Amino acid sequence: MPALSFYQRALAAPLLAFFTAFLPGPTLAAEAQVAVAANFAEPIKAIAAVLEKTTGHRLKISTGASGAFYTQIRNGAPFDVFLSADTERPEMLEKDGLAQSGTRFTYATGKLVLWSVKAGRIDAQGEVLKNADLGKVAYANPKTAPYGAAAVQVMDKLGLNALLAPKLVQGESIGQTFAFVKTGNADVGFVAMSQVLEGGRLKEGSMWVIPQASYNFIRQDAILLRTGAQNEAAQALLKLLQSPSIKDLIRSYGYDL
Amino acid sequence: MLLSPDNLQALWLTIQVAALTTLILLLAGTPLAWWLARSRGWLSRPVGALVALPLVLPPSVLGFYLLVGLGPNGPVGQWMTALGLPTLPFTFAGLVVASVFYSLPFMVQPILNSMQALGKRPTEAAATLRASPLNTFLWVVLPLCRPGLVTGCIMSFAHTVGEFGVVLMVGGNIPGVTRVVSVQIFDHVEALEYADAHRLAAVMLVFAFAILLTLQIYNARQARQLRP
Repeated sequence: MPALSFYQRALAAPLLAFFTAFLPGPTLAAEAQVAVAANFAEPIKAIAAVLEKTTGHRLKISTGASGAFYTQIRNGAPFDVFLSADTERPEMLEKDGLAQSGTRFTYATGKLVLWSVKAGRIDAQGEVLKNADLGKVAYANPKTAPYGAAAVQVMDKLGLNALLAPKLVQGESIGQTFAFVKTGNADVGFVAMSQVLEGGRLKEGSMWVIPQASYNFIRQDAILLRTGAQNEAAQALLKLLQSPSIKDLIRSYGYDL
Repeated sequence: MLLSPDNLQALWLTIQVAALTTLILLLAGTPLAWWLARSRGWLSRPVGALVALPLVLPPSVLGFYLLVGLGPNGPVGQWMTALGLPTLPFTFAGLVVASVFYSLPFMVQPILNSMQALGKRPTEAAATLRASPLNTFLWVVLPLCRPGLVTGCIMSFAHTVGEFGVVLMVGGNIPGVTRVVSVQIFDHVEALEYADAHRLAAVMLVFAFAILLTLQIYNARQARQLRP
């Protein structure tokens, strides 16, 4: 073989790298589009990393309000898996024939907390809600976000509806609700425990873990959608979500299982 | 009634925001356009670019800055709190402030165009008759620029009604305060309330068409008057 000139060698390496990038790897890695309830945005990132490391499959993650995803899926959104923040919407999709029957299971049970970005702002009993100096109170749109519906139940139960009504601001998803509180625009807010915990501890600010007796359990179901019926990455994700090590990971974000 | 009380409230709120925004823009945008039309200094170029920014920037950029910068922990927000002013996100005032920024080019550009089309002659003629600059502006320039002013007002009003992204980011969806029609329609769709969404969307469609038709007819009439 004739010796390569300097220029040929200089060109060869990047060209080789360029073309090999498009060659299939040792295992055929698939890709799945996943619609994820906003409260599960943090855990799904960690889970996607585990999935890619162990199987090579990749996830394309979209986060938002469960109700919004339900509407989008009914109107033909190309999602393979739906991780909802409730049980009703996956069930409805199954009835609508848009999801594979028999693939539905509960991957987490969420907890609602009252959270402020300021340390010491919220007491252990949530008495802050009755304070006269309470600023804006953020919650998620109860029509589309199950955590918002739970927040409404809590306010009902505490009999604080009338008192809090003029202070309420609404996020389109629990993600936007979190942003309102995080930026200090809302004094306190009803958010998911998973958004404020890291490694089992409160990241910042102060919170009141609302007793689960004051709202319906936020059981969160996953389901394989019709679009993803043949998708290997989608199936691998659903399998992984039921493995003991991933369940531990999910618990560390403040979910029950 | 065709529209539910919620929808009527959103409609009325939208009209209030758009009307107030248009009024503020008319008062602030007219002198700004006059300055841009007359200024020969270097400063007019960056100011001209700043005025046109909202045409290019996604509404989410404005929404993000309002949320982070004008919130109680943001640089402007802290300064405002220190002065005893309320922070802007989630308020009617915040919505108007955002809309003023957002619709600025739609007011300034048509006025600027008509002022530039005016040329130097009318103002020079007024000056030879010893009219003061202020009187020239009020009694010569403004009447001659009426088509630009009318177009600017219609466009600003319509554009503010059509605003969605900024409100979605900093509005907080409060009925009667920040829940404008565009957000109300979005909410109806997300909640599968298609009947409500349809009614409100139809109202918007008719409104938008009517306003643009008015503008077309007005412009055609102006052009006819200018013809010798």
